[in-house]
Amino acid sequence: MNELIEAVPFLGKRNPRLAKWLIIILALVAPLIAAYFGRSWMRILDFALLYMMLALGLNLVVGFAGLLDLGYIAFYAVGAYTWAFLASPHFGVHMPFWIVLPLGAAFAALAGIILGFPVLRLRGDYLAIVTLGFGEIVRIFMNNLNHPVNITNGPQGINALDSLNLFGWNLAQSLSFGDFKIHYLYLYYYFFLLCVIGSIVFIKRLQISRVGRAWAAMRDDELAAKAIGINVRNMKLLAFSLGATFGGVAGGLFGSFQGFVSPESFSLMESIAVLTMVVFGGMGNIAGAIVGALALTALPEILRNIALPVQEALFGTVILDPEVLRMLLLSLAMILMMLLRPAGLVPAHARYSRPELLKGGA
Amino acid sequence: METLLQQIVNGLVVGSVYALVALGYTMVYGILGLINFAHGEVVMIGALTALQTLLILMGVAPDMAPLLKLAIAVLVAMPVCMILGFLMERLAYRRLRNAPRLAPLITAIGMSFLLQTLAMIIWGRNYHTFPQLISTTPMQPIPGVFVTPVQVAIVIVSALVMAGLILLVTKTRLGRAMRATAENHRVASLMGVDTNAIIGLTFIIGAGLAAVAGVMFASNYGIAHYAMGFMPGLKAFTAAVLGGIGNLGGAMLGGIVLGLVEAVGAGYIETMTFGFLNSSYQDIFAFVILGIVLIFRPTGLLGERVSDRA
Repeated sequence: MNELIEAVPFLGKRNPRLAKWLIIILALVAPLIAAYFGRSWMRILDFALLYMMLALGLNLVVGFAGLLDLGYIAFYAVGAYTWAFLASPHFGVHMPFWIVLPLGAAFAALAGIILGFPVLRLRGDYLAIVTLGFGEIVRIFMNNLNHPVNITNGPQGINALDSLNLFGWNLAQSLSFGDFKIHYLYLYYYFFLLCVIGSIVFIKRLQISRVGRAWAAMRDDELAAKAIGINVRNMKLLAFSLGATFGGVAGGLFGSFQGFVSPESFSLMESIAVLTMVVFGGMGNIAGAIVGALALTALPEILRNIALPVQEALFGTVILDPEVLRMLLLSLAMILMMLLRPAGLVPAHARYSRPELLKGGA
Repeated sequence: METLLQQIVNGLVVGSVYALVALGYTMVYGILGLINFAHGEVVMIGALTALQTLLILMGVAPDMAPLLKLAIAVLVAMPVCMILGFLMERLAYRRLRNAPRLAPLITAIGMSFLLQTLAMIIWGRNYHTFPQLISTTPMQPIPGVFVTPVQVAIVIVSALVMAGLILLVTKTRLGRAMRATAENHRVASLMGVDTNAIIGLTFIIGAGLAAVAGVMFASNYGIAHYAMGFMPGLKAFTAAVLGGIGNLGGAMLGGIVLGLVEAVGAGYIETMTFGFLNSSYQDIFAFVILGIVLIFRPTGLLGERVSDRA
């Protein structure tokens, strides 16, 4: 939270208390503002929250533990497909969310450990390529496991996933009190917001815990970390599985929110997008992941709304379609950020490597 | 038996293209310790530039001999890719030479996607047919085994190019400077080697090889599009690791071995898994091989370098 407050431009350092309230109020009224611009913006906000969860999870692996994971989206896929298998007409199973979501998280964590074991000895760039391969293998299986037994329904994906049902309260149905109606996108927004806040609190505590400090030590110098008695193997596996857990939960929520999963949503480009969010915001930093996810979900959409009319006015046709714009933005963000400001928009504090400063955290 | 021989032929053809691309990876890695993720995209740019040149040539001089057209296309694609390779190094990687190790890698990933996007803007998302200028009528040297003239040309040209590269690296002053730089930048520059120029040149040579490989890929499959470079790029990287990264002979061997394993594997995977998996799982082989090599023999088949560089 402190980092987030300091990240507020102009206000952050001068009046942290005001900045804090600004963030809280913004988080609460964001969907109302978005609704002013239209339903699609509320949807984008909901997705921004999902991306925040992903970025937080990936940041744990990349930023805290220093393990560059390019296959992170595979865990998101595991979560989403778990939801699709256990809560959709595809197999005719409809389990409640409090079974499916933890199961999805557990499967994702298991996948994280399965990935983690073989790559324990790899570091840096080799690790990146092998994790990328893992992500691709998962995607290839999703694409092709419709034959000879139809498990994933192949490239068509699985339809009509159950929506989130909180003990009889269906989030996909708008609430109405007499004439006053609350659209379901609000309900999802606040539910996702709670999830994100929960994740932030958890990760914050984790970061300053023994485990978080062990990760930081391992990231900065693996040999030295080993020498002071840190079990590097367990710490790496823990990083992979915990990071994957966040991916799995976000994936389940994504499935319930979208109502539809297909391999296309879990392409390498998505892994790269989440990584860009982490890098853009600032690696090893909770506020960075949040700012990065928000900025890189919103910016392409804003660009889409500005660039398309401008192009039509200037050239008469659309030269750069939205998907191209998004890729252009993400790749440029990644390159320029590394060249010009490698610590990201919100640079991580060095404080977490200095124990005497830990007390002031949280 | 025919299936096996046929798949070996296919594997050799694809493998020799992998080997050409792998050389680019391995040279850059040998000198900078950087995985130039965007190398696969240079292959793609090479193929698409050649395609564009061919289309223009067909409009301007439809009567020109097909082989001459192809040669001109390659001669246009190579300098374009070389400039691209040089610019990548000069504008992005050089500034990051002393940065933490994740920074250049992330930049390279960004570069790869940037090039894909640019290609998408220029050439669109569609698959383009690559004109078949060398005959594709299959010959049957052994009954039941088909070999096309294109495939023969690919193997011969890549063998020639690789032989040329080996001569360059082992017999010339320039090659000696490259080897010295790969051994140790600092000492090499103390000995009067302009290491920056050598590194730039390494990127240029790698990109030139990639351009040739791009034209080969496009001719072999008859198509070209903006994302065609990514998978071959990854596989070529796998080939480089398999052979021992940083080792030129290793990259060639790795490319051929990977091509063979992939082709033979794809031919038999259905029988091996009792129909559960089929040839659409072909791309998995490269990743599995990569994982196995990195875990059990990170130095590769011929290499001495260790993967333990964080």
